[in-house]
Amino acid sequence: MSVPLIETRGLGMRFGGVLAVRDVNFALGEGELRCLIGPNGAGKSTFFKMLTGQLKPTSGTVLLRGEDVTGAEPHDIARRGVGIKTQVPSVFDGLTVRENLWLAASRMHRGARVRAAVDAMLERVGLSAVASRLVGQLAHGQRQWVELGVVLSTDPDLVLLDEPAAGMTDQEVLRTVELVRYINKTKALIVVEHDMQFIRMIATKVTVFNQGAVLIEDNVEAIMHNPTVRDVYLGKQAAAA
Amino acid sequence: MSARALNRLGLALVAVVGLAVLVLVPRLFDLDVVLNVTVYMIMAVLALSLALVWGFGGILCFGQSAFFGLGAYTYAIAMINIGESTAPLILAILVPATFAALLGYFIFYGRISDVYLGVITLTVTLILFNSINSTAGPEFHIGSAKLGGFNGVPGIPSLNVPFFKDWQIDLEGMFYLSTASLILTYFGLRALLASYFGRTIVGIRENEQRAQLLGYDPRIYKLATFTIGAALAGYAGCLFANWGNFVSPTIFGLAQSAQIIIWVIVGGRGTLIGPILGCVGIQWLTAALGANAPSGDAGWQALLGNVPLILGAILVAFVLLVPKGIVPTIGGLEALLIRPRAGASR
Repeated sequence: MSVPLIETRGLGMRFGGVLAVRDVNFALGEGELRCLIGPNGAGKSTFFKMLTGQLKPTSGTVLLRGEDVTGAEPHDIARRGVGIKTQVPSVFDGLTVRENLWLAASRMHRGARVRAAVDAMLERVGLSAVASRLVGQLAHGQRQWVELGVVLSTDPDLVLLDEPAAGMTDQEVLRTVELVRYINKTKALIVVEHDMQFIRMIATKVTVFNQGAVLIEDNVEAIMHNPTVRDVYLGKQAAAA
Repeated sequence: MSARALNRLGLALVAVVGLAVLVLVPRLFDLDVVLNVTVYMIMAVLALSLALVWGFGGILCFGQSAFFGLGAYTYAIAMINIGESTAPLILAILVPATFAALLGYFIFYGRISDVYLGVITLTVTLILFNSINSTAGPEFHIGSAKLGGFNGVPGIPSLNVPFFKDWQIDLEGMFYLSTASLILTYFGLRALLASYFGRTIVGIRENEQRAQLLGYDPRIYKLATFTIGAALAGYAGCLFANWGNFVSPTIFGLAQSAQIIIWVIVGGRGTLIGPILGCVGIQWLTAALGANAPSGDAGWQALLGNVPLILGAILVAFVLLVPKGIVPTIGGLEALLIRPRAGASR
């Protein structure tokens, strides 16, 4: 079997007395698309933070193409080709859309090629018209796309998306689905999302987190019909609705 | 008018005003005015150093005066020992820069948060103040230079033309040197901020986490910014030691370090011209309040003669009413007037 793009072995994170993530064994192949679901507090975001170096795991290892990157600095992991769109859009609010993309693209290119890359990305995420606006003044959905554009501009091999469709209108969600499919043509993706409609539109394989551990891993239809998953996650959501 | 054209116009305006000051002030005014303007220019270089570190690098350094004072003392001590100013001038830049690089290494790589950074830098400058202040005895000397404690170091020899010991720079020469230094520093920083490095440090100021997740290491960028700022402050300190041929420990004091921050707050963070204007304006005001004994009854005299009180009131007024500072506030008004007609600009 080929070496997975990213793999975790026995990954755990403890905050004081709380075990936020426990013994997670996870593997994702090159170019694969995976959805991560689970109720609030299941440890999805903590898991993402450990993959990107924002949190140092208290146990276990993270392997990137077989190389141990456990506890590496976030910028180091980013340079190895991991990009993340965080749950709350993390963008340069005081700068223009163009400058946001410039900062990302100039990590990869120099000189005139940066400008070309920025223009292409503005087109790709559909923000050419607002390129000169400050990102902090944009609507929520647009800021999400700015962040997606920023992440994609560094040309990562693995893209982590933490709730990319949160707070979007139906039309914006459709555009995001389209973008996810486009990204997946060339890159591997892990997507955390609550919206089951969204997951159905993009997903092949789904990993379900519950109470810090992996509950089950299967394709989307099987997950939807799994009684345990319904119980811990979908059932609660249905009851809340 | 596009933002780019506006930007060019602004640069041209600064160049014209700068050159006008450089050429006209010595021709139109007496030497005492020229001397006053000289110290404004030197302090404005110091203001620019914090404008870079705080306004663009997002590093609230409360002890910029530490590097300023180190530059001044280094020049004084080296000059008294060496007698030719080329090496002392270089040392006055290198010593504060090296000190900042070391201090900054522990701060940034030790992940010390912003608030503590302010506390540490303030403490450093106060430690320097107290240390130098207590070196009054004859036993405290470096080579032939007595440190002088609270009395300071008098009679510091003036700068000379590099490598030509006999060509000393006189008072008018100091005016030209200081003004030219300010103009060059301004345009040098503009160029730096337009570069890859400059745009990156602004990105890190805006969102350190995002910069990190894109693969930038904020620590090295902050350390570099901090060090460049210290080198500039050290250079300003060297000029200051030349200006009065004298330096004393008050250069490290709380009043001095607070003043630099006030200049930047009043002028506006995130601009370069703002801190220059803030610095010159406040110094002019301080001098005017000090020189013109206010008329009227004793109460008014006591009130208006109390310069720190008035400076404090100005600071409070700015923080409450014009929190962005003069230049960004004017810029915001102008943008409101121009934008709707110009449409999308840069």
